Amino acid sequence: MNITVRVWRQPHADAEGQMVSYEVPDVSEHMSFLEMLDVLNERLTMEGDDPIAFDHDCREGICGSCGVVINGVAHGPQQTTTCQLHMRSFADGAVIDIEPWRAEAFPVIKDLIVDRSAFDRIIQAGGFISAPTGTAPDAHAAPIPKNQADHAFDAATCIGCGACVAACPNGSAMLFTAAKITHLGMLPQGQPERDSRALGMVGQQDEEGFGGCTNIGECTAVCPKGIPLETISRLNRDLLGAMLHGSR
Amino acid sequence: MSDHEHDHDHEHGHGRLENALGKARRAVEHLTHPTEHGFSSLDADAVFELGHDIADTKAPQVEIGERWDARKFNAKLVNPANRRKLSVIIVGTGLAGASAAATLGEAGYNVTTFCYQDSPRRAHSIAAQGGINAAKNYRNDGDSVYRLFYDTVKGGDFRSRESNVYRLAQTSVQIIDQCVAQGVPFAREYGGLLDNRSFGGVQVSRTFYARGQTGQQLLIGAYQALERQIAAKTVTMHTRHEMLELIVVDGKARGVVVRDMVSGEIETHFADAVVLASGGYGNVFFLSTNAMGCNVTATWRAHRKGAYFANPCYTQIHPTCIPVSGDYQSKLTLMSESLRNDGRIWVPLSGEDKRDPREIPEAERDYYLERIYPAFGNLVPRDIASRAAKNVCDEGRGVGPGGLGVYLDFADAIQRLGRKAVEAKYGNLFDMYAQITGENPYETPMRIYPAVHYTMGGLWVDYDLSSNIPGLYVTGEANFSDHGANRLGASALMQGLADGYFVLPNTINDYLSAGPFPKVDATHPAAVEAVEAVHSRIDKLLSIRGTRTVDSFHRELGHIMWDYCGMERTEEGLRKAISRIRELKTEFWSDVNVLGTNEELNQALERAGRVADFFELGELMCIDALVRRESCGGHFRAESQTEDGEALRHDDEFAYVSAWEFGGEDGKPVLHKEPLVYEYVEMKQRSYK
Repeated sequence: MNITVRVWRQPHADAEGQMVSYEVPDVSEHMSFLEMLDVLNERLTMEGDDPIAFDHDCREGICGSCGVVINGVAHGPQQTTTCQLHMRSFADGAVIDIEPWRAEAFPVIKDLIVDRSAFDRIIQAGGFISAPTGTAPDAHAAPIPKNQADHAFDAATCIGCGACVAACPNGSAMLFTAAKITHLGMLPQGQPERDSRALGMVGQQDEEGFGGCTNIGECTAVCPKGIPLETISRLNRDLLGAMLHGSR
Repeated sequence: MSDHEHDHDHEHGHGRLENALGKARRAVEHLTHPTEHGFSSLDADAVFELGHDIADTKAPQVEIGERWDARKFNAKLVNPANRRKLSVIIVGTGLAGASAAATLGEAGYNVTTFCYQDSPRRAHSIAAQGGINAAKNYRNDGDSVYRLFYDTVKGGDFRSRESNVYRLAQTSVQIIDQCVAQGVPFAREYGGLLDNRSFGGVQVSRTFYARGQTGQQLLIGAYQALERQIAAKTVTMHTRHEMLELIVVDGKARGVVVRDMVSGEIETHFADAVVLASGGYGNVFFLSTNAMGCNVTATWRAHRKGAYFANPCYTQIHPTCIPVSGDYQSKLTLMSESLRNDGRIWVPLSGEDKRDPREIPEAERDYYLERIYPAFGNLVPRDIASRAAKNVCDEGRGVGPGGLGVYLDFADAIQRLGRKAVEAKYGNLFDMYAQITGENPYETPMRIYPAVHYTMGGLWVDYDLSSNIPGLYVTGEANFSDHGANRLGASALMQGLADGYFVLPNTINDYLSAGPFPKVDATHPAAVEAVEAVHSRIDKLLSIRGTRTVDSFHRELGHIMWDYCGMERTEEGLRKAISRIRELKTEFWSDVNVLGTNEELNQALERAGRVADFFELGELMCIDALVRRESCGGHFRAESQTEDGEALRHDDEFAYVSAWEFGGEDGKPVLHKEPLVYEYVEMKQRSYK
């Protein structure tokens, strides 16, 4: 198949960006979306054009490195990571717009690459259980009901790609933060720091310039791991609880 | 079914010690006369030089079960107040790096870490699917520290160091405790206790898992512990930074040169010790299950500065990956080995049979693993499963495009357990397969083929995980220590976390107790020289402006490696590979096309530097494979096999670790042998029949 891509090109953080059109002939439907960009980049290089910069690493849908907005949708038409999207999802002759995540808290570094370090700082503000190495009791000391463990696991599958932020009209990081709060809050080991976690992480989220949540639900619609919206209710409950308990 | 070898193997122990030492002495004597063996003499002078033997001097000479406690006791300690004055650099923040950084940070050292990704949460440890082994014996199925030790030594085909492996097995139980305390959501049973499953090469269920995302969950646990220390300011993290040179001052590792991958700035960082936790080098094959960015540069640069590179030819080809679909392919995707618990592997009896697999009757299928290895069946170790797949495809019985594939069939499992149960166990893997191939594995058998997955080789380390350069430590896949010539499933996560949480933090203190060492800064001649070397290399890469892209060179190198240093190696093929790699390397340095400048985010420049190092590594891998004229684990030399085609070791001649010293820019690498002594497990040919 033959397609046209229109790609956001921006040489560096302070430069003006613009959409640039490229024809990509002879695309195989079995190619992944990123392999299609690889092929285009090989050609650009041979033509003396700067290849398109994009983040990617595992190409197995688990590291969370990749992520672009495709035709206005974070990660494109399938609810999966960009690296797991294949060209069979597009029609011959398609014109595909490719843009970086758009959010105030995710400034563009170059072309399709954005700075997502704000997510790490949200984790630093409480997204952990304080268990210094060597202090742990036997793993079977605290049985955890299977449904509770499964629930924690479902939230823990978040890959931190940032699609939730990119999809949200408010640029909110609530689904990301809520996934971590749910993961740790469902486990007995996570209870002692439950209040400080909610206050710390939500506070940091605001400080980073993420917007507020107005329950639109775009985040969960594009989440490659299908983190449900109800995790945000859990976050709100934990936050309210923490405020009532008067921690901080 | 039982492993018939076990009866003998359990007669290990004290009485055998003297006997074993005597044998080892004889083995060492033998090593000094390598041409006595029945092989045609190797034209050694052409490709390498033989150096002096080396040995691990750190493992205490006590009973194997006492060694780790003894080492922890006799290693010098650093009192908490003094730790504040000591600094450690850690390169790489996957399981082995993040866990070490978090633990050393908690202990009070000043830690500085680097990763090339935009966050430590993206390290390739995250992609490990199947699980993590631990000798908890929660199943009451006869497991023990000794059995995990035994399985690992045997699975590694008797090419690993007993002391290290025993400690790994001992430490495994603590890892599970630590991870549960951190909130890692392992799979549980309805009673609330942890679930286990079995993995290839063993007959007990000791693998802990978190659906098909065990690596992700363990990494996130280590990442969170690391981020907690970053918040506590004991760890300073530099993301999007790549180590390009090691700084050695007065014979000690004292710092690194890194490139800020956003601004291009070349920076120097100094510390009292340097830890490399930079992962494996499977990407030398271009197509592998590694992440696109995985590279050998950190360890290779250290190698060029004097660190020995051990067993580079030991690579693991994983049997269950999705087959290649076209020339544009950028990577291969692994399907967890756990699939072999319930899936049955087969090919049609006849290569002419091109029917839809569902229409091929039972009698016309060859479940070749079950046929050849009745005791272990589909659960034979990875190296054996991979080569068996290669063999049936070489016979012309492979399936799918190009005939490079075998079926992995769940029809029986779905009938036996029901689709729901299969979905619960493997749902995410099936989804992944469907996403990539566009086929539905619930209805038609999956097609799989082996792919490069893990590298057992790496920088040589002693029992303390110290390289031969004082102050340079190496952890996780980046070192060579625990897996011998073949790694068992679910043991990579175990080793990464054992090294990072429990081993390194209890050995590095022995070295640091002599510090803090004299201050070094960027004006030191060793630092100036390292920085200049980095600049001149980058300038060279950017100035060639040739006619071929970096990827085209990488792809070609990968083909050479796969054809001649892959699942089966021959003397003739390896010699051809060495000369072709040398030619290609020369062409690379005169015809590669890297656009742009250093002072910007330049992904082609990043790749070019990595591929340049892969050429040198690839050549050393082939030399190592050439010198090792035996078959062991993942290293199969066609000239050394039994009558029925199984790998044939030559313990009298090759029971050693090959530790390679860099021989200079155009010089020959120097081989140092560390003789392997087995006091607790009797060496024998592996059998999984």
